[in-house]
Amino acid sequence: MSKNPLSSPAPRGGLDAKSREARGARAAPTRIWGLPVRWGRWARRIVPVVVTPVVLGFAPHIYDNLAFLTTMIVYVVLAEGVNLLYGFTGYLPFGYVGFFGAGAYGAALSLTYWHVPGIAALLIGGLAAALIGLVLSPLLRLSGAYFALATLAASQVLYYIIANEPWTFGETGTSLPEVFSPNQIYLIALAIMTIAIALTVFVKESRFGLSLRAIRSDPVSASMAGINVVRTRSVAWFISAALAGLAGAIWAIMTAAFYAESPFALTISVYAIVFALFGGVRTVLGPVVGAVVLYSLYQYIGISNPQYFELVYGVLIVALILFLPGGLSSLVGHPGNRPKWWKSITPRASLAPVASTPAVLTPARETDQDPSGGISRRDGTKDDDAS
Amino acid sequence: MQLLEYALVNGILFGLFYGFIGIGLNLLFGVMRLVNLAHGDFVVFGGYLAYSLVTVFHVGSLWAIPLSIPLALLLGFVLYQVTVPRLKRSPDTETASLIAFFGVSQVLQAVATMIYGANQITLPSLGGPISIFGQSYPSSVVISASLSVPALGVLYLYLYRTRLGLATRAVMADEQEAIASGVRVRLVATSAFMIGIAFAAAAGTLSVFMLGGINPTSGSALTVTAFTVIIIGSLGNPLGTIVGGLLVGLASSLTQAYATEWTGMIPYALLLAVVLLRPSGLFGRKVRSV
Repeated sequence: MSKNPLSSPAPRGGLDAKSREARGARAAPTRIWGLPVRWGRWARRIVPVVVTPVVLGFAPHIYDNLAFLTTMIVYVVLAEGVNLLYGFTGYLPFGYVGFFGAGAYGAALSLTYWHVPGIAALLIGGLAAALIGLVLSPLLRLSGAYFALATLAASQVLYYIIANEPWTFGETGTSLPEVFSPNQIYLIALAIMTIAIALTVFVKESRFGLSLRAIRSDPVSASMAGINVVRTRSVAWFISAALAGLAGAIWAIMTAAFYAESPFALTISVYAIVFALFGGVRTVLGPVVGAVVLYSLYQYIGISNPQYFELVYGVLIVALILFLPGGLSSLVGHPGNRPKWWKSITPRASLAPVASTPAVLTPARETDQDPSGGISRRDGTKDDDAS
Repeated sequence: MQLLEYALVNGILFGLFYGFIGIGLNLLFGVMRLVNLAHGDFVVFGGYLAYSLVTVFHVGSLWAIPLSIPLALLLGFVLYQVTVPRLKRSPDTETASLIAFFGVSQVLQAVATMIYGANQITLPSLGGPISIFGQSYPSSVVISASLSVPALGVLYLYLYRTRLGLATRAVMADEQEAIASGVRVRLVATSAFMIGIAFAAAAGTLSVFMLGGINPTSGSALTVTAFTVIIIGSLGNPLGTIVGGLLVGLASSLTQAYATEWTGMIPYALLLAVVLLRPSGLFGRKVRSV
């Protein structure tokens, strides 16, 4: 999946003939519209950043529940933040909620004690989360489950500190002044979301994102290729933390009165992770789609019947990991990344803008790039890193 | 002084119980690098199973333990066949299994809420208080904690006195080498998974006594405690798990005695400290390449 060389942007020049041919086939869908490839590339960069906020900006005219919509946007930001960290570096921030809570309390405490303007409170929230990220950056030495569990533990430690210290109002509850109208809050949330999407586009398309993916597939080789592994990883970590902080800050300003349990509820990081996975990590719009679809589902069944939602949710998580690890976007994305079962139920023609040369491309994909067809470790063979 | 003594004894009792919860997880994590984030929920599942057996079939509370084990083995077998082969094929088994088992945990919690409701359930007490060093402790707690000792003994015998246990330790040490030496990894993995779930379910009956009752969400805290215990005590080391359990139990108990409001934080803070300072645990022979 991640290691699929075809899914990464081509380096400027220096492609051999074979991979150029493969890339030509890959870029073919952007040519359906008759656009030259370079234009398609710019469209891919600009369209998500412009279209998503415009579409969601019109949402209040269709469904008039600003509190719900704002919370949904907050989850879109969180899902993009998880996407940036987990999708591009492979670090699963199970305690991502810690940054959200830090942002919420950064904004709340600055409003309570210093009476700063609303925008400043937002920025302080983002900064507070980034600071927590700085304090927690030694966690990046860990990997896999250790990292996930350690961030979870860190977020809970932060929760207990805020809940138990009297000056944070964690136990007695905050009461913030109304600094923005609900409409303004929605617009600010949209702005934060636009920043999050723009950052994802940047990470996906830039040299920085390429380094992140190189580190993800093999840190040692990446560092030998001249990438500063620690610095690159940390930058992604801080960006992700600051996004969650901004989301937490706008949530705090919207909610105004809350106890420490709410912004530190573990479900927040879990939802963000599942939303991102559902739509598809390592894509720009996947987390947006995931958050919009699943949070709407939550709105319809989760609030009235939480245990049914929990059941649906649990089954969905298991099914996602087992049968659709690339998320919804892998169904429509690059054919090599599509799950086998999906290929077998969709007509062959639909995955072939390259139908004229199936004999050249299909066999290679089946053996090399199909993630579910890879050689399993159980056979005693080493993992083929190319696939 | 009396408070200290009470806290120490209480800590040891709870430490034994935490060790019991930890050993099942240790098998799963140690053998297959599967991050069973539903472990605490399997424990709670065992507790609800015991509750059903006691209230519906009127068996004695402690008889629920041997009765729940076959059911747990079956559940473990089915769950293994459904999830593990696909998880093993994922490029990042640890993270994939963490998320997948979180889903399993959500399903278990939802099902428990649907069947038993969100309120706490309890089992009838096992008798009057027992006195240790002149202070009295509920006999349910003392009996439950002391049952953890034979359970740990069983695991020790399995790992160190049977061929399958030897193979299990081989896989824990190095899966590739074990395959190369002809160890039937699939068999080892399946049995480790089943035994791990069975240990969790057996600890479940005791958890009703130790925690004074369980509700569908009790499992989450137990999962974190169990991970702390096995990481402190090093993976794949049953004796280390006991020590880890005792450390966590004592730390929690002392905090409860002297700084009650911070009790909930102890497992998290310990986990953080251990993974940062000594990720291989107290008894790890070599530093795990984390």
